[in-house]
Amino acid sequence: MRIVIGKGSCGVAAGAGKIEGIFKAEGFETGITGCIGMCYLEPIVEVYDSDVSGNEAKKTYVNVNEKAAREIINSLLGKKNQAGKYGLPEEDAAILAGQKRIALRNCGIINPEKIEEYTARGGYAGLKRSLALAPEAVIEEVKTSGLAGRGGAGFPTWFKWNAAKNSSGEEKYTICNADEGDPGAFMDRAIIEGDPHSVIEGMLIGAYAMGSSHGVVYVRAEYPLAIVRLNIALEQARDAGYLGKNIAGSGFDFDIRVKAGAGAFVCGEETALIASLEGERGMPRLKPPFPAQKGFWQKPSNINNVETYASVPWIFSHSGREFADIAKNSGITGAQATGTKVFALTGKIRKGGLVEVPIGMTVRKVIFDIGGGIKNGKAFKAVQLGGPSGGCVPAELADTVIDYQSLAKTGAIMGSGGMVVMDEDTCMVDVARFFLDFTCKESCGKCTHCRIGTKRMLEILNRIVGGYGEEEDIEILEQLANQVKEGSLCGLGQTAPNPVLTTLRYFKHEYRDHIVNRKCTAKQCKNFICYEIDAKKCKGCGLCKKDCPTAAISGEMKEPHTIKTADCIACRRCKDSCKFNAVKVGDRKWIQ
Amino acid sequence: MKEQRHQSLDFSLIEPYLARKAETAKNEGGLIAILQKAQEAYGYLSTELMEYIAERTSIKPAKILGVATFYSQFKFNPVGRHLIMLCQGTACHVNGSSEIEDAVSSYLGISEGETTEDGLFTLNSVACLGCCSLSPVMMIDGDAYGNLTPRTARKILDTIRTSEGEVEE
Ligand SMILES: Cc1cc2nc3c(=O)[nH]c(=O)nc-3n(C[C@H](O)[C@H](O)[C@H](O)COP(=O)(O)O)c2cc1C
Ligand code: FES
Repeated sequence: MRIVIGKGSCGVAAGAGKIEGIFKAEGFETGITGCIGMCYLEPIVEVYDSDVSGNEAKKTYVNVNEKAAREIINSLLGKKNQAGKYGLPEEDAAILAGQKRIALRNCGIINPEKIEEYTARGGYAGLKRSLALAPEAVIEEVKTSGLAGRGGAGFPTWFKWNAAKNSSGEEKYTICNADEGDPGAFMDRAIIEGDPHSVIEGMLIGAYAMGSSHGVVYVRAEYPLAIVRLNIALEQARDAGYLGKNIAGSGFDFDIRVKAGAGAFVCGEETALIASLEGERGMPRLKPPFPAQKGFWQKPSNINNVETYASVPWIFSHSGREFADIAKNSGITGAQATGTKVFALTGKIRKGGLVEVPIGMTVRKVIFDIGGGIKNGKAFKAVQLGGPSGGCVPAELADTVIDYQSLAKTGAIMGSGGMVVMDEDTCMVDVARFFLDFTCKESCGKCTHCRIGTKRMLEILNRIVGGYGEEEDIEILEQLANQVKEGSLCGLGQTAPNPVLTTLRYFKHEYRDHIVNRKCTAKQCKNFICYEIDAKKCKGCGLCKKDCPTAAISGEMKEPHTIKTADCIACRRCKDSCKFNAVKVGDRKWIQ
Repeated sequence: MKEQRHQSLDFSLIEPYLARKAETAKNEGGLIAILQKAQEAYGYLSTELMEYIAERTSIKPAKILGVATFYSQFKFNPVGRHLIMLCQGTACHVNGSSEIEDAVSSYLGISEGETTEDGLFTLNSVACLGCCSLSPVMMIDGDAYGNLTPRTARKILDTIRTSEGEVEE
């Protein structure tokens, strides 16, 4: 019998450490695993049991709190128990069935701190196969697979590898971009935390094809656990002879170092990342020359995303053709790209977490069939893809196919995999403002369009959500957006206006509502709302009156209370303190 | 004069690391790693600490300040006893993190980046703690608290503050 506890960052945050302690205190040995993707069910405990003929059966327990842990322990001891209550619901088990797991193939299954669990599931077989091929043949296989960059831009991987291979120079660098800057996305972290060897193996295959002997992984500063697991994996790979000199007897040398980032979104951009690796301020520079010609320390370098590298070993342990045919074999036609994509499904979604689906699936299927639809039975309004560099896809376009071109047509991008779902209560102007606030703060300041353009755009958006928007603001905003897009030096500025442009395209009426009708339909922007008390529901308990910081609430005990709108600062405390759900959000009356 | 000032301060915590890395830092891009080690040891980067690193690495102080201020990880003021990291990522924003921020900053009487007068709490914003399924989320001293409402957020701080009070008495 084996007990495995999900100890990805999400599991730890939900209290997996405490649960692990309970099992240990009762004398049980426990193993760990990474994120299985169902973050809303953490902490997750799995019990593997083999029957007489050695077949392993697995029982999964979810939302395991202290009490549940005791019940599970009772069941393990053969005592009377109610552990069944915490079993994985069928509905949730079905979520996994709709997915196709390639980059996440081992996440949530193996112990990421044990190389033997990785090799037992076919790990490093792809490396061995590729080392038997000529470097050109390796690149050809990647070309057949159709693998494109999962870091955002979707550039064909084989092309980049080929460019680096053909670049002259003895010393070449293979760099993994694990900076994962999109706030609200955590695919790359889950892969490194849950299956670090897959990234190492992918980098090895790439390095062999390009003739590179130095590897660097640039990990986001906020990911301490990923750094720990990666370092453990590197140590084990060295001991097993997969890193170092003369790897697996092939004469090929390669080793990998880990560099921690220090918190700057722009460092996800290739040239800024290189500057940061060199110990400088992470400022991007004009391309060309591309990193494949002049990269880290002016040497030819190839930068790929974590998920891109993690997919590579699968291509070699299966085949490029099989990777290219995934959509077809899943019954999907018409996809203009190959393989799978991992998404971090978050926001107003019922079953948030990590999902990996064949490219070519529709947005609707991901949100409704896999994510279980919208929380609290609300209406689906839009989904943001690609974070601050991406755009929103409105509900009416939910049948858009997920591939690079189809998404680009809507104005959104595939991006690195953030998928933030929004419902009827989300104000789209505020969403645009939120992203612009982010990019404006993260702009490195090197080029004028990005530094000043985003600032001016943000000022306009702040004005609109604050209630002081003017009719011509929409037009100015559009103009500025296009200028920033065209005039910026790097991808940060070139894509920063996307959230504004897409919300203007699909939700212009919300902008107009704020500006002309002085109204926030989603009832989210503070200056447009006020709180009211429903006299029928109010029991006159006085809690809200006590909590109100501006003494805007009056009323006698046991009598319905009222809020004086002029004094209300819309802080929402009354709504939070009310036990009878008597506080409603209303529209603030605007005096022009 | 500068020498003397340095002598009065204790830099021994980063000495072992500097002994290995200081010389090569300039040419091998090791500055950021040194700053990270220094902050890990001292909690923040004081001017004296950065000047000392400049001396040991022969990197100009202006360059060091330039690099350090570029990255949001580096702090230039002492941090309170409890570090609150309030998530302002997209998932948390959509699920109401701005209300949590209002509640926390009005409860503590400080805004983002500041430390309370009693040195108990420092409030920092971060972009995504990676627990989006629990959003809105804040992390205090490494422990994540999820599914917050302004009320529960205040309660959590209250509990910490009370337990601190008890310790002191
Ligand atoms: C502002 C900005 C931020 C970026 N952030 C990331 C990131 O966090 N992770 C990533 O893999 N790529 C990021 N990229 C894309 C990289 O520049 C680069 O295209 C990618 O790492 C290449 O890998 P791929 O071909 O495997 O996708 C970013 C680009 C820009 C312009
Ligand atoms: S957005 Fe807050 S934890 Fe991810």
